[in-house]
Amino acid sequence: MPIEATVNGRKVTFQGEPDTPLLWAVREELGLTGSKFGCGIAACGACTMHVDGEPVRSCSLPIGDAAGKAITTIEGLKGADGTLHAVQQAWIDQQVPQCGYCQSGQIMAAVALIGRTGKPSDAQIDEAMTNICRCGTYPRIRAAIHAATIQAATNQAAPGQPAAQAQGAA
Amino acid sequence: MGIKRRVFLFGSMALAGAGVFGLKWSGSKALADAQSATVKPGEGGFAAFLKIAPDDTVTLYSPTIDFGQGSHTAQAQIVAEELGIDPAQVVVEQAPAMPGFANPGIIEGFGADAFGAIFKSLPASLLGFAARAMPMQMTGGSSAIRFTGRLTLARAAAGARKLLIEEAAERLKVGEGDIVLAGGRASHAASGRSLRIGEIAEAAAQRTLWSEPEPLPARAGKAVGQSPPRRDIPGKVDGSAVYGMDVKLPDMRVATLAMAPVRGGKLTGVDDKPALAVAGVEKVIRLDDAVVVVGKGYWPALKGVRALAPQFSDGGHGGLNSPGIFAAQDRLRDANKPDKVSKAGDVAAALEDKAAKVITADYRVPYLHHAMMEPFALTAHRQGDRLDIWAGLQDPLRTRQMAAKAAGLPEEAVTVHTTIMGGGFGRRFPDQCEIIDQVVKVASQCPWPVKLIWSREQELQHGSYRVQSSARLTAALKDGRIAALRTDYVQGENVEGEVGFVYQVPATERRHFKYKTNQIDGPFRSVNSNQFGYWTESFMDELAHAAGEDPYRFRRKHLADGSRQAKVLDEAARRAGWGSPLPAGTARGIALVECFGTIVAEVVEAGLREDGLPLVRKVTAVVDCGTTVNPRNAEAQIQGGIIQALSTAIAEEITLDKGAVVQSNFADYPILRLAEAPTVIDVHFIESGAPMGGIGEPGVPPATPALVNALFALTGKRVRTLPIRDQAKA
Ligand code: FES
Ligand code: FES
Repeated sequence: MPIEATVNGRKVTFQGEPDTPLLWAVREELGLTGSKFGCGIAACGACTMHVDGEPVRSCSLPIGDAAGKAITTIEGLKGADGTLHAVQQAWIDQQVPQCGYCQSGQIMAAVALIGRTGKPSDAQIDEAMTNICRCGTYPRIRAAIHAATIQAATNQAAPGQPAAQAQGAA
Repeated sequence: MGIKRRVFLFGSMALAGAGVFGLKWSGSKALADAQSATVKPGEGGFAAFLKIAPDDTVTLYSPTIDFGQGSHTAQAQIVAEELGIDPAQVVVEQAPAMPGFANPGIIEGFGADAFGAIFKSLPASLLGFAARAMPMQMTGGSSAIRFTGRLTLARAAAGARKLLIEEAAERLKVGEGDIVLAGGRASHAASGRSLRIGEIAEAAAQRTLWSEPEPLPARAGKAVGQSPPRRDIPGKVDGSAVYGMDVKLPDMRVATLAMAPVRGGKLTGVDDKPALAVAGVEKVIRLDDAVVVVGKGYWPALKGVRALAPQFSDGGHGGLNSPGIFAAQDRLRDANKPDKVSKAGDVAAALEDKAAKVITADYRVPYLHHAMMEPFALTAHRQGDRLDIWAGLQDPLRTRQMAAKAAGLPEEAVTVHTTIMGGGFGRRFPDQCEIIDQVVKVASQCPWPVKLIWSREQELQHGSYRVQSSARLTAALKDGRIAALRTDYVQGENVEGEVGFVYQVPATERRHFKYKTNQIDGPFRSVNSNQFGYWTESFMDELAHAAGEDPYRFRRKHLADGSRQAKVLDEAARRAGWGSPLPAGTARGIALVECFGTIVAEVVEAGLREDGLPLVRKVTAVVDCGTTVNPRNAEAQIQGGIIQALSTAIAEEITLDKGAVVQSNFADYPILRLAEAPTVIDVHFIESGAPMGGIGEPGVPPATPALVNALFALTGKRVRTLPIRDQAKA
């Protein structure tokens, strides 16, 4: 039975079995491969997406449970005009990624954290950023989150409403 | 086009090579093929690795894989330095997996390391021949800059520089010495005339290069020593970068598999019906030691595999377990018949000396898994007598050779599409990647392109692990100095050779006892220096305490004043505030290791968490790699290496039970997370100008012993078996 949801502001219909993890439906049916497979057991965070604004490890969420929800992936983070989200820009400015495989998930987790807290403290970063990075980019991830919040504050962007999600709801 | 163009071989003329070896061996054909694949009319192709287009764009075909070390960016800087242009003007492409792009600099560099300067005098044509014959397109051994960059690419660029200058001199009718190559132009200052490199490149490339091109000295210049941003990063923050996992082809199917749990075991039986009953499953394929399910996507394929109950033999290894391996290693060492001994001075006599205090300690390290974030995912498409393979592995040319063998095709019939990769750390050397053989065999039985994905569980349980090994270190201490040091170590074949010893000790001896299990002995980031660094630098600490001396001072007095090693150690101690007070519950440890031509000292500040696990808050690292090409990248490599080392030291361990790996995913193979990583990792480079060393690996080895030494300073407990876990808890 087809399952409907909204992905990056676009209505989509998944044809896969309802137990198919959202990660694989998005990657293989929609061809959006920015969200990564790292473990399949919700342990690494490489597959992190936003589901109704909350960060979710999509390898462990069946599409049956995502029906009717608004989903944002890394591909949906840019503004309509292609401008990068402040967090993505901070990731470039701080030269965060090494192999880069974990970074879609890291960025999605960071966007959600900033959305929730505005200007996260180190302790809040420690608590929220549980995604694994085998290349060891953690010091720069931390620096980029701080830089992004400063950037966002300067731009007077409303915390809690990343651009793409606002569009997704529209 | 291409074929008729006059080209020079890597470092020397095609003509010279032809004279010695004949045309085939000279590489003229390999070079011509390489250039036909990359150089278009109007462009100038230089030594296969470089081309210059009429619009002045310089393209570098890098034989190195950049899986996040930033080596493509640094190589672009090296080329830019030679050509007198801005690094931003250099486009870096992955060199195709063709013999003309084999990499002789790696053979020369490692050859010189192992066999001395004689390698340096080998003719370039011979090295080029060897590189094609091996074939050699490897990324590893921290060689992307010091060998590939300096010996392969800088020479190609130096040759291009020479030819561009000659061409410009001829056109402007002035002497070569009066031409300056800078800012993308060949200029004659006196007359104010100049030519763009793009307008003379094609003609320059057809000139004959008669002598070995001399690269500029490797020191900070206009491009070298700067930190231009990495080109691959934008694609890694918006999801557009395409990894092996992300390859998409029309009509492609996805497969996954279950392999024999015990390495060496075979598939003895499987009923494929339960898998075929799963919606979306299309095929079940039996391989020698695995069963593969092919489906419309990963999920149906995985469900198919889970529905199966395959039977596997254990290859006679069903009795192996980790404690048993250590016990067998102890017995082997106690039998006292080393397979290999290397020594300097008379250790035995020094240990007999009645005036000396003899100290002994035993260390053990477990198997470690690379755990790169992207599990293996290769795609293959077999169409009659040709094969395409999409692979992100640490040697595309070798991948081509192995894929051809698996397919029963000539190498020319195989095209390798090199994808970027989510980490490697030594796991992606083709010779240790059975997935090449698997995906080729599976695709050969399918009408579609097939992407074969290893689940994390399969990936974790079928690694090429860092060896499980043990060592007994014995030293004679006399008058507060080390009179002799013996290292007896037990492990499989050496994959890297041995590692250097930095201290001045009159007598040293290393005895290798070879012990093999059913596992592949894998190179793990920093290879043997990893475990050698741990036990040697832990033992140095033990000796310092036995001598009643400060661990930094004790090390220092075994180093020559004014030596690079002494400077690195002193600077690390100074920057870390060695000896200054720390908050309660925190202590410092220090370690110094030299490997891959680079010297690194690290000071770790550590405490204990409530659960007894170590918590590292700060690390200070001082690095002498001769010249730092891209400091910001180099910093990231050192920081990443330290975090990876701390992760392995604190909690990582692969164990065997009944011959099979016990751990299965990140739940039982924990990787350090952000909250557990040091918040400050201060990295400082000493630009000594010494021959360039590597940067990807040397940051790793000192971190573990520095942490263990800090824990000893804190609690008085010496951790001699890794991982540390809560061993230091009171
Ligand atoms: S792939 Fe989803 S958490 Fe690892
Ligand atoms: S950048 Fe490689 S795993 Fe994070």
